[in-house]
Amino acid sequence: MPEPKLNAELLKKDFPLLERTVRGGKQLVYLDSGATSQKPRVVLDAERDFYENHNAAAHRGAHQLAEEATEAFENARAVVAQFIGAHSREVVFTKSATESINLVAYSLSSADSPIQWSPGDEVLLTEMEHHANLIPWQEMAKRTGAILRFIPVTDEGLLDLTNINTLIGERTRILSFTHASNVLGTTNPVRLLADLAHSVGAVVVLDACQSVPHEAIDVVALGVDLMTFSGHKMLGPTGVGVLWGRFDLLESMPPFLTGGSMIEVVTLESATYSLPPKRFEAGVPNMAQAVGLAAAVKYLTSVGMDAVAQHEVDLVTKAISGLEALPGVRILGPAGPRGGAVSFLVDGIHPHDVGQVLDDDGVAVRVGHHCAWPLMRRFGVAATTRATFYLYNTEDDVRALIAGVERAQRFFGSAS
Amino acid sequence: MNLEKMYQEIILDHYKHPQQKKLAPLDSGAVEVHHVNPTCGDEVTLRARVVDGVVVSVTWDGLGCSISQASTSVMAGLAQGASLHHSLALAAQFLSLMQSKGVTTEADEVLEDGLAFAGVALYPARVKCALLGWMALKDAISREPGELNE
Repeated sequence: MPEPKLNAELLKKDFPLLERTVRGGKQLVYLDSGATSQKPRVVLDAERDFYENHNAAAHRGAHQLAEEATEAFENARAVVAQFIGAHSREVVFTKSATESINLVAYSLSSADSPIQWSPGDEVLLTEMEHHANLIPWQEMAKRTGAILRFIPVTDEGLLDLTNINTLIGERTRILSFTHASNVLGTTNPVRLLADLAHSVGAVVVLDACQSVPHEAIDVVALGVDLMTFSGHKMLGPTGVGVLWGRFDLLESMPPFLTGGSMIEVVTLESATYSLPPKRFEAGVPNMAQAVGLAAAVKYLTSVGMDAVAQHEVDLVTKAISGLEALPGVRILGPAGPRGGAVSFLVDGIHPHDVGQVLDDDGVAVRVGHHCAWPLMRRFGVAATTRATFYLYNTEDDVRALIAGVERAQRFFGSAS
Repeated sequence: MNLEKMYQEIILDHYKHPQQKKLAPLDSGAVEVHHVNPTCGDEVTLRARVVDGVVVSVTWDGLGCSISQASTSVMAGLAQGASLHHSLALAAQFLSLMQSKGVTTEADEVLEDGLAFAGVALYPARVKCALLGWMALKDAISREPGELNE
């Protein structure tokens, strides 16, 4: 049975920030959730409640508060794990998805890595990666001597799999790619690529920053080995990200950050390490943020992820058809099926100027290279304007976007 | 309303009809610099020639928003023909204008068309756009070593 449609007008009221006005009284229209989402009151309340009533250092101390803080943190882990169909012990809390990828790249290239690197070994990425899933591998390649290879992107904005059987081969040790492009909206064939990579024994890492917030995810069905996503893009607080990993793989991986909390036995000369996930959580953890993220997950679950996904498909479809109807506007990325990022170019008007006119109307979009500079080069552009949508966006927001782009065309056209 | 404050006619004019936006040949004595705004990808290539303490030529090419392109155009017009000392003073004055939060002073009047960018100073995210060409100029004419002109 299909889930009932969500009521974005109603949900919007749960987000205090969305009530505010900007630029001299204009009602805010927030279309930059791909960069970071706004937070519902329940998330803010959960963080505040933790600090007001349960704050203490988790996993330390014998007092009641320490027990409560530990329980709150571990409950948060369980909630996040359930959300992606995983077991708690496979969920590592990090500072951010960026840290998660750095953790993986560092751990898998350190001396005790389960992967033993030989000259000529390869890491396979794609041309559409966010810098966060590119630069950690560039650094890793410097350390290991590994060669980076890239799955190209077609003019339509899809992964070009024509030569995939030569790109994935005996030398491939790691395949790391994004589930959904933060620029093009492309949704990549995860299972297909994961199975191909596994057939040559490679480890598969998935950047799920633009998918976990927007659709129901079953990490087991995806068939990857490691997956990262960030809390702040899914209604949660900043300062918390997630690394999910197959337990046996996590168990074979050495730590990234080291220090308190992640040890078994320590002497002056050496230390042994806890089992995952604690092995990867050195220091007093980001408890309040994890608790806030769990509240966000519960909120999303109560709305229903299928309803969220369908709502975004509806908005994206309307946005694309509305923008394409304007002369001189070109959408970057596939027609569909696709994720929620809508990047576009307006003939004769630089994205920064488009964004400035939209901002003057209270419409917040992202402009620039979206931390995907190589992808911009691939399409021969310096920047794009990007609108991203979430459960609190309405059809009125889409109309405001299109009206703003028309205004930009009038403003810069008439000024000539 | 705010929009017109930022995009003054002068700015839009320079954007549509940029001055000296055609790189002069890179002969001996000229210095070329390439500056990029890493937050947005805007870029400018600038060639400058300093002879006997005078900036005799400033030409450029670039890709970017109306603010960065117009500002570079204004800069090129002001700097070409000015003394090295005055060009650096202009660059410093423009930087001060960008840090003014839109409040201009008498000292800003040396910037001529550059004064139109006062409104840009109200938008912190765009200040870097306006500064791109000026930073390239400063770099280029500071690098111009006397020995290259021998």
